[in-house]
Amino acid sequence: MQTFFQTLTTGLSDGAIYGSLALALVLIYKATEVINFAQGEMAMFTTYIAWALMGHGSTFEWWAFFATLGIAFLGGAALQQTVIRPLERASVLTAVMATIALLVILNGLAAWIWSPQLQFFPSPFPTSSWVIGGVHISKQDVGTFGVVMACVLVLWLFFRFTKLGLAMRAGALNPNAARLMGVRTSWLLALGWGFAAALGAVSGMMVAPTVFLTPNMMQAILIYAFAAAILGGLESPFGAVAGGLTLGVLLNMLGQYVHPVTSELQLPVALGILLAVLLIKPAGLFGRVVVRRV
Amino acid sequence: MPGAGPMTRRLGNPVAFGVLVVAVIAAPFVFSNYRTYQLGFVGLYLVALLGLDILTGFTGQISLGHGAFMGIGAYTTTILVVDHGVRDLWTIPLSGLAAGVIGLAFGIPATRFAGPYLALATFAIPLAFIGLLKRFPHFTGGNVGKSLPQLHAEFGWHTSPSIWFYVVCWVVALVMLPLAFFVVRGRFGRAMRSVRDSEIAATANGVSTAGVKTLAFGISAFYCGVAGALYGIGITYVNPDTFPIDLSILLLVGIVLGGAGSLYGMLFGALFVEFIRISWGPSLLDLFSKVHHVDTHAPGSGLVVYGVVLLVVLYAAPSGAAGLGRFSFGSRTRIIRPRRPPGPPAKGENA
Repeated sequence: MQTFFQTLTTGLSDGAIYGSLALALVLIYKATEVINFAQGEMAMFTTYIAWALMGHGSTFEWWAFFATLGIAFLGGAALQQTVIRPLERASVLTAVMATIALLVILNGLAAWIWSPQLQFFPSPFPTSSWVIGGVHISKQDVGTFGVVMACVLVLWLFFRFTKLGLAMRAGALNPNAARLMGVRTSWLLALGWGFAAALGAVSGMMVAPTVFLTPNMMQAILIYAFAAAILGGLESPFGAVAGGLTLGVLLNMLGQYVHPVTSELQLPVALGILLAVLLIKPAGLFGRVVVRRV
Repeated sequence: MPGAGPMTRRLGNPVAFGVLVVAVIAAPFVFSNYRTYQLGFVGLYLVALLGLDILTGFTGQISLGHGAFMGIGAYTTTILVVDHGVRDLWTIPLSGLAAGVIGLAFGIPATRFAGPYLALATFAIPLAFIGLLKRFPHFTGGNVGKSLPQLHAEFGWHTSPSIWFYVVCWVVALVMLPLAFFVVRGRFGRAMRSVRDSEIAATANGVSTAGVKTLAFGISAFYCGVAGALYGIGITYVNPDTFPIDLSILLLVGIVLGGAGSLYGMLFGALFVEFIRISWGPSLLDLFSKVHHVDTHAPGSGLVVYGVVLLVVLYAAPSGAAGLGRFSFGSRTRIIRPRRPPGPPAKGENA
């Protein structure tokens, strides 16, 4: 039973990271129907910036954490304005190709600037754990879960209760109507990319202490995030977070209790889940079924 | 062309093919041994790109995982040769079939839906493939990988391994090219293009979109499996790092550069894929480093170059590259310079 609860908390903490990156994907997908394949590399790149700000990772600094969020926000918005916006008139597939180009460039740049060597990234939370009824609950897991959920909550409050948030939702729902109502949709898309980049930065900084900092560190996480987003329904922000938590718990439970599933098999299992969802319930757990009009 | 039967036309333009054959025969006499070996790789990349073009250029589906199908081909060849003593040449079609069958099986769930789902699902294949290789080391050699015996010429022909490799690759490529024309020119080819241009219209006309996409996925996986078998034979060594996700992305870049939907364009794409990493990329960077003092041989620099090249191509041709769907019908000039200015945003229309 102790193992069960420990696995559960680790799963929730992993899941929060997958969920936040999945949420970043869903934010951009909802607004532009573009899957941002560079989302993981953007997160990786900003994590490197945080690492540089923290004096090459000697100690964790909260000011650097928040500074990185700001930089990520500006960087994401700038990328949208410079790289994605000129392709607004092109097809969705071209925009997807552009995000793939960004993925390649950011990955290469990180290796170029900071070398592809594995780096240590400090954690803001102590490595000790609380013992509640014989169950060891790692402070790092609880802290990661808390930080990610706080960010998600802030984002939700923004979208739900501010005028700008309302404008962004309107722009995503019906860009033409929103534009007619005086909403400057292009800038809102930049804002959306900014938020997505900041969310990605959170997931990057939270996952880096456990997976270590390398240019490829987010590739697997991005796939978990894809699986989470599809599990929750690609159009549902709530579903992305729920899908992430479910996937995190599921993968950890499988690793703990199903012997043949070793760490190497986590990715194939995630791919299997992704395919199974597509086959059985393509709209995901919380998505709507889309009816196509001719 | 008068005199040419429908069958001949379905296999592509015989004049263009003849020119290519002459060029292929002449190349080893013109270039050095090492250059010839590299050109052998161009031949195998041509095979891989032809396959991916059938899926992306003609059926309009993006795959980010076809490097892994090359990996499946290379591993099948290696395991058959090393553990079962099969002659390497015989493994080439077998590896293609292995990759093709796995591709079909994967395509059944993944291609049932329109939109970005296929690209999403295929993105996971290279990483999942590496995980599987490491999980079953007694079969695949695990992290260490497996070595193939050194390449040597057969049929009593005494020539260097490089030339022999070149010959094998290009014989295969020159078989696979007309075969690709055969695939895209017939009834099935029309079905593929209709899926690319409008899934709704295709469905309304009785085309099974899921079936067409799945079959196209299987065929493209077959091509990549064949290319992978050649790759394994050429480098005589496979391990999990031989087929990174970068390779899959590079193949896609090759398609865009070559001109998706044009089969002969893939020659250009294959040259790019082979030479961007070893010579073109570094020389571009050397030009750059004369202006800014940067270390151009640092890791990662090559990736930056081909990422930027891809972006430039996408911008130079917004309506052309549009699409991987619509830039299609052929000529490369169309990608470089669109005939019309891009139309109004089509966002509201494709709801």
